[in-house]
Amino acid sequence: MSTPLRAGTENCASPEKGEISSEMEKQADELVTRYPVSKRSAVLPLLHLWQETFGYIGPRGVEWIAKRLSLQEIQVLELVTFYPWFRQRPYGKFHFRVCRTLPCALGGAGKTFAALQKLMNLKADGHEGAMVSEDGRFSLEYSECLASCGTAPVILRNDEFYEKVDEKKASELVAGCK
Amino acid sequence: MAISEQRLIFKHIDAPGYTRDMECYLKHGGYEMLKKGLAMGPSAIRDEVKKSQLRGRGGAGFPTGTKWSFIDPSKATKPIYLICNADESEPGTFKDRQIIYKDPHQLLEGMILSCFANGVKLAYLYIRCEFTFGHKVLEKAIQEAKAAGFLGKNILKSGYDLEIYVHRGAGAYICGEETGLIESLEGKRAYPRIKPPYFPAVLGLYMSPTIVNNVETLCNVKHIVEMGGDAYAKIGRPNNTGTRLLCVSGDVVKPGYYEFPCGGITLGQLIYGVCGGIRNGRRLKAVIPGGSSAKVLRAGEVFKVKEKDAQGNMVDREVKLEDLRMDFDSLAAAGSMAGSGGVIVMDDTRDMVECLANISTFYAHESCGQCTPCREGVLWLKKILARIAEGHGRDSDPGLLKDVADRIAGRTICAFGEAAAWPVQSFIGKFKEEIQLRIRRNGTAAKRDTISLTH
Amino acid sequence: MNPWNHDVAKDEKDLIDVQVDGVWMQMPRGLNVVEVAHRSKKFIPHYCYHPKLSVVGNCRMCLFEMGTPKMGPDRKPILGPDGKPEIAWMPRPQIGCATGVTPGMGIRTDSALVKDCRNGVMEFLLINHPLDCTICDQAGECKLQEYSVEYGTGESRFVENKVKKPKNVDLGERIVLDDERCILCSRCIRFSSEVGKEDVLGFVNRGSHSTLTAYPGKRFDHPYSLNTVDICPVGALTSKDFRFQMRVWFLKESKSLCTSCGTGCNITVGSREGKVHRLTPRENEAVNSQWMCDFGRLNFHYLDSKDRLTRPLLQAAGQQFPGTWADAIQRAAEGLKKVKPEEMAVVASARLTNEELFVLKRLLAELGVTRVDGVQNLGQADSFLRSGDGNPNSRGAELLGLSSGGRKFSGWGEEIVSGKIRGLFVLGGENVIPAGISASALAKLEVLIVSGILQNETTRAAHVVLPAAASAEKTGSMVNVHGRLQRMTRAVAGPGEAREDWMILRDLREACTGGNSLHSVEDVWKAMSMEVPAFTGMSWAKIGDLGVQLESSAQAVPSITS
Repeated sequence: MSTPLRAGTENCASPEKGEISSEMEKQADELVTRYPVSKRSAVLPLLHLWQETFGYIGPRGVEWIAKRLSLQEIQVLELVTFYPWFRQRPYGKFHFRVCRTLPCALGGAGKTFAALQKLMNLKADGHEGAMVSEDGRFSLEYSECLASCGTAPVILRNDEFYEKVDEKKASELVAGCK
Repeated sequence: MAISEQRLIFKHIDAPGYTRDMECYLKHGGYEMLKKGLAMGPSAIRDEVKKSQLRGRGGAGFPTGTKWSFIDPSKATKPIYLICNADESEPGTFKDRQIIYKDPHQLLEGMILSCFANGVKLAYLYIRCEFTFGHKVLEKAIQEAKAAGFLGKNILKSGYDLEIYVHRGAGAYICGEETGLIESLEGKRAYPRIKPPYFPAVLGLYMSPTIVNNVETLCNVKHIVEMGGDAYAKIGRPNNTGTRLLCVSGDVVKPGYYEFPCGGITLGQLIYGVCGGIRNGRRLKAVIPGGSSAKVLRAGEVFKVKEKDAQGNMVDREVKLEDLRMDFDSLAAAGSMAGSGGVIVMDDTRDMVECLANISTFYAHESCGQCTPCREGVLWLKKILARIAEGHGRDSDPGLLKDVADRIAGRTICAFGEAAAWPVQSFIGKFKEEIQLRIRRNGTAAKRDTISLTH
Repeated sequence: MNPWNHDVAKDEKDLIDVQVDGVWMQMPRGLNVVEVAHRSKKFIPHYCYHPKLSVVGNCRMCLFEMGTPKMGPDRKPILGPDGKPEIAWMPRPQIGCATGVTPGMGIRTDSALVKDCRNGVMEFLLINHPLDCTICDQAGECKLQEYSVEYGTGESRFVENKVKKPKNVDLGERIVLDDERCILCSRCIRFSSEVGKEDVLGFVNRGSHSTLTAYPGKRFDHPYSLNTVDICPVGALTSKDFRFQMRVWFLKESKSLCTSCGTGCNITVGSREGKVHRLTPRENEAVNSQWMCDFGRLNFHYLDSKDRLTRPLLQAAGQQFPGTWADAIQRAAEGLKKVKPEEMAVVASARLTNEELFVLKRLLAELGVTRVDGVQNLGQADSFLRSGDGNPNSRGAELLGLSSGGRKFSGWGEEIVSGKIRGLFVLGGENVIPAGISASALAKLEVLIVSGILQNETTRAAHVVLPAAASAEKTGSMVNVHGRLQRMTRAVAGPGEAREDWMILRDLREACTGGNSLHSVEDVWKAMSMEVPAFTGMSWAKIGDLGVQLESSAQAVPSITS
């Protein structure tokens, strides 16, 4: 039996507030040591760390990382806005990413997405990125290929990965959000 | 039609009781090849890889031995880096996921051997973040390997030091392009570099010589060390050696991942034999044989393929779609490519405008935006296709789509231009009548098969 | 100064054979194809490439067809009937900016493929570009507009919605950004990072939505920021100062020098109907390359100041009244002779040209006046172009023996108070009060003649005020802090009755001593080259547009040669 690994680390909904723990500082320092040639390489790892801790990357995160790596803020913002995994506003406590790429689309990703949207009572709000429910409980967006095309359609609910998510399974997944 | 797999890399994947722990890997002969390789020495490993004729498994199919030969560890004045490209993002491809999640030590062993062969002391494993705990699997495997002396300082008392760090991407397909990946690893926007002068072998990571290899490619190195290059080259076909991991998705009965000798199976055998045929009793309409960038093949197509006959003379042979061998050269001869091994099957109910619009939406989303033809052209393609899908096509659209695609391919900084243009060029070329019909019926079309998801 | 100089080959003498559009010629090995085409009088259009910035190859406008020599079985090039290598052409076009020439290389800049590449890039760039040329400041010097004539189709096949981006972005104190016009060439980002040494600008978002910006709350106020307006190939970055002021095609261009500090950046003065509208850097690799500081660039509005002196002023009964030039020259000449030569002091400003200083030198010699010096004006030195010397011609004044850089001048205040100095002649608009002579001392003078540009405390105290031309209004030469002799030509006439100082001095000399042998700049040069050792063998024509390094003070600009 394989040693279980905890998948769920993604923190979607926290406000970008709260204390930067010494644990987090330590983690950040450790991450920087992985790039002995250029600490600029640590921007992506630190952005992940920040988003996992605070839910999204606002100015506070950008400025914290820039300072830590002796970069200009723009050099961090350039990355936050380039890589779609990063978000600049809080998403729902349960964030769903539905793969929309061809194999998943052929497998019914459109129906899965529509079902989730209905279950979560979400409306397009003109924002880039995900739709977020008013109570902050859910958010939903399409994602590009999640690399499991043989078990289409696939989705991510926070860090948890689900395969063959038809409308029925979609409703179970929403119901299972506790 | 019973074609049996030859599992080399997938040997233990999904085998009952096989886990990703090092203990299990060791029980199955793990890290024995590392011992063998360390004893062989770097240049011997390089020789075997060259002899094996292994071609890169990430998409371009470039010979691995040749890629390595651009770097001479004995003459390097700067550190040499190796990066494992585990950014598996090509739509239709899901092979590396299996290796990373289910047999990470195999990848590490192949990677350590490759680093040793090329004098690399510091390597990175660039994994896409959508593999939400793939990085944890790999980090744990690295810790296990370090604790056992397979990695870190003085590996197995050989005097060889190597550090491998996992680096997570953040959802950008362009990081699969090796120089885009390098820029991303340097903490920048993943803008592919111009080549010349920035060939990774010369001016790669931190402007030092760098090798970027795909997960499957690196795993193969382990098996080449095990079998010897010559024996490995006997698997598959000349110039298309070894096994190939094939991922089948879309409208087949049994989608999934399989491993066959390269070219040891035809497209027909794969779809109708291994994958149980087209689902819901439908018929094949189209198939993309090597990831979504590859040019689409139409059911019923017959290809003229140049081949060597028994006497070694080049002869033309007509090959039906079903009889195309799943190897690099055969698929290239058919005007498409083996690419990343992702086979996407579409049945005869599928609307080609919708399928193409879906594909173009992917590329429009993933264009990094650095160079003009790709940045402007790919979004334009998507907008035209979305408009046709919504029932507002114009008669001039097929010609316009082709023109725009033709002015992207071959004119961009990186191969993304081709990746985005080829689907359009091939769908327009092969399904022109259907697309024209769709345009003529604007708004009056039967129920729309909404898979374009152009959002 | 520049991290790159792609327009210069590593070794200009290492020549190789290359073929450009069918013609064989010799070019330096490794020079990039854009520059090779340029030198062979062919033109390869480009947007992102800039010879002084890193090469990124993103615009794809410089795609060309490339060929290499066909190789025979002996691995030597196969020669054609003309004895030159036969060329194998590659099917895939290459970018000229990143391709250095190699022996036997074939270059096609005008083939059907190349034209199709350019047409394609033009169409792509225009689909999301707003068609607001009618109100765009770049109109007339916009590369997009320029290349559209040659490579555009005149009609659009684009019927989709354009990508919306921010307009009228207040990027900094001096620059406005229109993101919809931006073609994402990244020249400005590279300039600020590579030349300006500050990462202020960047791209956010991705793909077609990529957008140029500064970090929210951070301003692009770099002291050299306006150079990005020059190198922006389109109207994305515009100068607040020049915005909506004037169509560029109406501007008369005059070659001149920036006189805001001792560096002497070469500039082009853009003027229309006697009014200066902008200063832009003029390329001179020995001085300022293609750049200049924002301070110097914008330091011309004083030309139209309401404080400009436009008529001679004569003091009577403690008040200044306008007078004619004839009266003013007469009064000034009388004043100069009224006190003894040893009781006279002259401020020979290092803001004057060599020619003006030379005529002054003649005058003073004839009068026997020896108490002469300049005034120190401190500039704000930086590590790039700006000099700590705020005077543009300190070296010229020194070479002419008229200035000790203000050391002598510092004692004059006391000498006036003690009565040793009874007359003062101030040139170049120097305001001597902040420089150390008190207002009460000035009031004590029996003679105070001031030639100046703007009214100030000193001119207000003067018995005779001679309105002088400013730098953009005169022709002459100066020597910069590195010993480079350079010339400036008049762009506009001075306002009202203002005259160039050398003419004022010529007339004054005639009135004082009858000396009148110098009637033109050329005359002055003839005399100067014989009398001033540093200028031996020099002439107005020899200075040329780019100036000459004077041997006696040869000192290269370190920032450029490094």
